[in-house]
This record gives sequence, C-alpha cells and structure tokens, in this order.
Amino acid sequence: MPSTQTADETAPYLAQFEAVAANGASAVPAWLKQLREQAIQQFVALGFPTTRDERWRFTSLKSLAAVNFTLPKHRDDVTPESLQQYLLPGDKGVRLVFVNGAFVESLSTVPELPTGCTVGSLAGAFDSDVVREHLGRTAPDGDNPFTALNTAFANDGAFVHLPPDVVLERPVQILFVSTPQDQPAMSHPRNLFILERGASAEFVESYVGLTDGSYLTNTVTEIIVADGARADCYRVQRESKSAYHIATTNSQLGKDSRFGLTSVTLGAALSRHDISMSMQGEGGDGTLNGLYLVDEKQHVDHSTVIEHAVPHCDSHEYFNGILDGHSRAVFSGKIIVRPDAQKTDSKQTNNNLLLSEWARADSQPQLEIYADDVRCTHGATLGPLDEDAIFYLQSRGLNALAARALLTRGFGDEILKRVAIPDLRGQLEVLLKNWLDRGEQGQGRLSP
Amino acid sequence: MTLLEIKNLHASVDGKEILRGIDLTVNAGEVHAIMGPNGSGKSTLAQVLAGHPAFEVTEGSVTYLGKNLMDLAPEERARDGLFIAFQYPVAIRGITNAYFLRSAVNAIRKQRGDEELDMLDFIEILEEKLKVIGWDDSLMNRPVNDGFSGGEKKRNEILQMAILEPKLAILDETDSGLDIDALKIVADAVNKLRRPDNATVVVTHYQRILAYIVPDRVHVLANGKIVKSGGKDLALELERRGYDWLKAEAA
Repeated sequence: MPSTQTADETAPYLAQFEAVAANGASAVPAWLKQLREQAIQQFVALGFPTTRDERWRFTSLKSLAAVNFTLPKHRDDVTPESLQQYLLPGDKGVRLVFVNGAFVESLSTVPELPTGCTVGSLAGAFDSDVVREHLGRTAPDGDNPFTALNTAFANDGAFVHLPPDVVLERPVQILFVSTPQDQPAMSHPRNLFILERGASAEFVESYVGLTDGSYLTNTVTEIIVADGARADCYRVQRESKSAYHIATTNSQLGKDSRFGLTSVTLGAALSRHDISMSMQGEGGDGTLNGLYLVDEKQHVDHSTVIEHAVPHCDSHEYFNGILDGHSRAVFSGKIIVRPDAQKTDSKQTNNNLLLSEWARADSQPQLEIYADDVRCTHGATLGPLDEDAIFYLQSRGLNALAARALLTRGFGDEILKRVAIPDLRGQLEVLLKNWLDRGEQGQGRLSP
Repeated sequence: MTLLEIKNLHASVDGKEILRGIDLTVNAGEVHAIMGPNGSGKSTLAQVLAGHPAFEVTEGSVTYLGKNLMDLAPEERARDGLFIAFQYPVAIRGITNAYFLRSAVNAIRKQRGDEELDMLDFIEILEEKLKVIGWDDSLMNRPVNDGFSGGEKKRNEILQMAILEPKLAILDETDSGLDIDALKIVADAVNKLRRPDNATVVVTHYQRILAYIVPDRVHVLANGKIVKSGGKDLALELERRGYDWLKAEAA
C-alpha cells in the first residue's frame, strides 16, 4: 500500500497559523495578510507530497510529517563570536544574521551602500511596493506545498533591491542559525533579491545549526535578475544532522543577464532543494552548481528545473555528490526548451561518488525539448573511485590512501573551483577536507 | 651497474598466461627496445613491472636495484625510481597537473627523507625541467589528462618522467597515436633526459620511434617470450620483414 497522507498532518500547521493570525499578524499590510491566508489554505489543500507524486518518488516525508514542529521561542544569547566560523573573516560587506528565522540587528552589519539600494530585513520592507510586486513572482504557491507553507508563515528573511547599474563590491552574507529549543521548532525564511538592469552582486546564503536537535527549516529564496544584471549566489547548508531542510531557490533571468548558483550541502537528516531557473530574455547565461557530502543515514534530494523560454540562452548544470555510510542522494534535473527557444545550449551533469557499498544515488535527467535547433546534453555517473586512477597515482609514488584522498578531493574540487570568492572557496575546501578526514568513526573515510 | 634483471618471468591475467618466461637485463646508461606484434605481451610486461594488481606473477623473478621487485607495492617501485609511461594514461578530474605532480614529487622526497616542496619551490623546479626539454607550462594548470588529446597525454607522461627523474623508465607504446612532429618532440625530450646512471626501455610495435631514440639492444617479444635479441639493426630488419618469420621461429 502506498502511503496516504491525511489532513491530520496539516492540521497542527493550520492551528498555529490561526493562533498567529489572532495575535499580531494584523500588523502586516492587508495584501500580505490576504496572501498568507490564501497560502495556508493552499498548503492544507495540497497536503504533504507522497512518494506517489513523481517529483517526490524517492523522498518520503513520513518522518517529517510525523513531527509536530512549532514556532520557535526567541533567543537572544547568540554571540557574534559563535558565528565567526560561519562568516567570511574580516569582510566589510553586508552581513544579515537571522536567529531561528528572525532578523537580529545587533549581529548584523549594513555598511553604507550606493544610493537607492535597499538591503536588510524583509519584515522591515513589507510596506514596500517592490516587495508587494515581486513576492511570490518566481515561486508561486500553486503546486508546491512547502512554498505555500513558507508564504503562510514567512515573517522575515533577507531583502536586497539594487537599482540599475549598481555594483556591490563585497558579497552580501546572509546567515540563518537555528538554536536549541524545548520543542522541535520550525522557521520559514523568505529571501527576495531584485537586481535591476545592469546591477551586480554576490550573495552568500548559509544555514547553520547551533544545536544537534531536530528542527525544520523551510526556506524560499527568489531572485530576479533583470536585463544585463548579474547575480552570483552561493549557498552553504550546514544544518544539524537531525534537522529537516526544505528549500526553494527560484530565479528569473532577463536579457543578457548572468546568474550563478553554487550550492554546498552537508547537513540535515533530510534535505530537499528545489531549484528553478527561468531564462526569459535572449542572451541569458545561467549556471547551477552543487556539491553534496552525506553520510550515515542522511538523505539529500535536489530537484532542478531549467526553463528556456526564449532563444539564444546558455545554461550549465554541474552537480557532484560524495556519499558515505547508508546515505541516499536523489538528483532530478529537468530541462525544458520552449518552442521559441532556438539556439539553446544546455549542459547538465550529475556525478555521484560512492565511498560505501551501502550508499545509494538516483539520478534522473529529464529533457523536454520543443524546439529543433538546440544543443542539450546530459550525463550522470555513479560508482566508487576508479581503481585504474588509484593505480595510476600509486605508480607515481602516492600510497593507496593518499591516492584515494587526492581523487576524492578532486571530485569535490570540480565544484568548489567554481566558487569565485577566494575566502569562501578556502573555507569550503576546509569543510571538504574535514569531512573527508573525519569519517564514520573518526578514522577517515578513505581507508580501503 | 645492473638496474633490472628479469629471469624466467611468467605472468597471467584472469588465469590466462601471457608472459611465458622472459629474461632481460638492463644496465645503467642503456636504451633497450622491446618490439613485438600485437598480443605478444609487451604491455603486460610493462604493467607487471608497474605492479598492476590484475596481473599475477606465477614464476620467475624480477630484481630491481638488488631488491625483489615483486615485494614492493606500486608506489614503492615509483619511489625507488621506476617509472612507466603508460599507453593509456588515466584522466583525473578536478586535480591540476601541477598539484598532482607536486604530490608525486613530495611522496618521493618524503621517502628519501628530503623536505617536502611547497608550491613555489615546486614551480621553480618545474620550470627548470621544462627548460631542459624545451616545453612550455600549458599542460600544468589543466586537470590531469582530462580532455587531453592523445598527443597531449603522451607528452604529459614524458613531462612526469622529466620531473620524477626515474632511474629506469619504461615507455609503453608512447609512440602510438603520435604524428611525426609530436613523435620527434617526445623523442627529443627522452633523449635530453638520458644520463649515464639511468636507463630507458622503449616498448613499441613500430621501428619509427627508434630512429629518434636509438637503442643499444633490441628484443623481439612473441607469444610471451623474447625470441630474438640484437643491436639497433634488428629493428630495421623487423621493419623490412615484419614479425611473421620470428613468430614461425618461436612456434
């Protein structure tokens, strides 16, 4: 019998929504109140997806749905020192810190920015017409219950609006930390980045657990990259190993725009990242990169959709995963080429390195091509390290352990070398190295 | 000084005997050529000397620098100065040639008790070596053999040889797939790396490369045995007459 999920699973969320709405939510503008009410109804109507849903075939949400997540209690005991290791050292750029989903001004820094830029907490910008106009534009609540749930509860996140031709020199760092709570808590961060024509910025979005406990992060990031604009987004997911991390990152690309997302995933018991990138103006160039490192019983699922709506756009997608223990990885990559989108050039690869015989990866490329003059390629691999490569390195003087370490790091570096912020790349390389050195029982993962 | 002494070497892969009693002695300062038709066991010999785990030595002995080579792991052979330029070098994604080569050099230095090189020291040594063989550093910052053309892969093997400074280098079909210009470049580099205290074994099907790397001794391998040995003129005779007359002799 396939699992059936019932209204019982959504009822606690509805009850909490109603409790919140009854006290204080009236402070938000009417349009947002209405949007949230529609969203919670949509969430209840959709319910949690089951594995009968094609998009969730390999990822069961039973364990998530069984937990009664509640809205977190406010914590003000997070010190700047405890966050140092999750931020770029000494960076003088924008730094927005959220604790359990709420913006904490005392931990954040917003330096002086060019005229017309709005950078800060989304909660502080709900009166803005720009927010009203764009919120939900790339991530409609229609058929994704988690997006709907996010919209219903979203009360904060990062809002960045750059006027035409503004270039931010330093990356915008956005850090979400989850702290210990008495009950499993949930947060629903909502980020909105709007880069007007010719604007350019880098973003580093990090999710970190300051607890080993179970909690739910259900986050949505929307990115509008207007004509000629450029957004380079980096994302690091280091949630607690007991946490649930559900994320949506949706982008729209204008004419001659550039967009890049490089996502590094290490944490959470179960993580699911829906990424969509829509090429809506000619000459757009978009890249999605991902590296996931999982072990024990971690489950990581990436579901990506790249839509080519217009001609002459390039998209690139490179996802590598390293799996140890009994972990499980799912990658599905859909590329849709609309009838008008001639001269599309799209490349997708997903490679999985299995360090354990119990680890499992499922990779599903899906091409929907309705134009005839296009170039679309995809490839997927999974398996252990190449024995011939190990021998080749041994024949040059490296012992088997060093050979395995070099090959595994190289596999991860294929993605990390695409990180264009040197300090961030350095930090991520250390994360990779530490992950490889630690291993299941702390003796290193690569011993044969 | 004798670097390598092979006596009555038999080796099998998947239970099938490929080498059926090889005898070969290589001294410092010498260049040997091992020629033979396809399937004669040339590449198997190179792989056995490298220590590839798929090949099982069933009889005979290989002494390298006075040690039993078969007691040494592949990496120990490399650190003792044995180098195989492979016929099919493996691509290694994500690791640049420079990083890979420095790791290899440091593995060898560590063995010798020398201090490991940092990237700057390594680049200095690398540039010196490149100067000796007259090449540029265009291959150095690309992932090892990844997306390399056939010729680039062969050149990369010789580049590794230049940097690792082996005592005994075995070039397994390094000439295959090279056009004449690339062949000259590779042969020229090999010649520049020759010294009185090292030796080179050129494994090849064709005489062509031996016009540029002139051997002291030529051996013909057929059906897993050396059926004839001679001076450099033997290679020319093979070019003229083919291998069939020797195969007949061996049978």
